[in-house]
Amino acid sequence: MNPNQLIIESISSSTANVFSTMLGVELPLGEVCRQGEPPEPDDGVVSFIGIAGTWAGTGSLSCSPQMACRICSQLLMTEPPAVNEDVLDAVAELTNMIIGSVKTDLESQLGPLGLSIPTVVFGRNFKTRSAGKTEWMSVTFDWESDRLLVKMCLAPNEKAHAIHHVPVHTCALEI
Amino acid sequence: MESDILVVDDSAAIRKILQRVLRQTGMAIRAIHEAGDGQEALALLAEHRVDLVLTDINMPKMDGLQLLASLKASAQWHNTPVVMITTEGGETKVAEAVKLGAAGYVRKPFTADQIKEKLVGILEPALPL
Repeated sequence: MNPNQLIIESISSSTANVFSTMLGVELPLGEVCRQGEPPEPDDGVVSFIGIAGTWAGTGSLSCSPQMACRICSQLLMTEPPAVNEDVLDAVAELTNMIIGSVKTDLESQLGPLGLSIPTVVFGRNFKTRSAGKTEWMSVTFDWESDRLLVKMCLAPNEKAHAIHHVPVHTCALEI
Repeated sequence: MESDILVVDDSAAIRKILQRVLRQTGMAIRAIHEAGDGQEALALLAEHRVDLVLTDINMPKMDGLQLLASLKASAQWHNTPVVMITTEGGETKVAEAVKLGAAGYVRKPFTADQIKEKLVGILEPALPL
C-alpha cells in the first residue's frame, strides 16, 4: 500500500478508535479531503506533533473552541466554561494518542519513527504553515454539529538517509 | 484490603483520565497519588506507601524506564509492581521495560476494562474485588 493511502486509512481508524475508547463517542466515517479542502483554519484550537525518523513530517488536529471544550468534557469529565488549561491539555493528549497510533501503523511499512511533544495553539485570526513541500493527507470527522480535522504530511527524510549512507572515507575527510 | 496506587505521567490530562478510569474499575482503591515525572514519583514514594505504580514511559527529567530501574534497585520498592503506559508502537521500549522487571504494560488509548484486567491480575493477592 502506498504511504499516503496508509496514512488516510490509519487516520480514519485511529481517530475513530481513540474517540470510541477514550471519549465513548462513535464518530461516523471521516471524509477524505484533497489539499486545501477544507481551507486552513484561521481560528480555534490547533495542535501539532512533529514526526522524525527515516521519514519526517507533522501530524495535526484542529477544531472549534466549542468542540475542544466538548473533547475535554468527555475526556476529563469536567465542564470547562471556555478554553482553558484543561482543554488545551485534553486536545494535546488526544493528538498524542491519535497521531501516536497512526505512527505505530506506519512503522510497519516505513521503519522506526519518533514523535515530538504536542504543541497546542488557541486563538483567532492566525495562519499555520509547514515549511515542507509535501502534500497533506486530511480527514474531517463530524461530531454532530462540530467538525474535527486530522491531517498529516510525511516524506522521506533525506538527511536521515544521507547520514545512514555516508561512505566511511567521506567521514574521515570531514574529521 | 484497599490499595494505594501511584500514577506517573507528565500529562495532567492523562493523570485525570487515569484517576477516573481507576475509580470506574470498581477495584478497592484507598488512594491514587499523582506525580508528573520519575523524580516526583521517587520524592512521593519517600513519604507514602504504594501497592502499585502505573507510569508513562516518555517523560521529561526522569522517564518511566529510569524510574522502573530505580525502583527495582531499591531495597524498599523492588517488590512493588510497576505497570507501564505507553503510546509507543515499537516493541523496543516495552521489551526493555519487561527486561527491567515491569509487571506489565498498557497501551494508550485504553478502556477501564483493559486497565482493570491488567491490574487485577497483578494486585489480586492483595486486592480482593
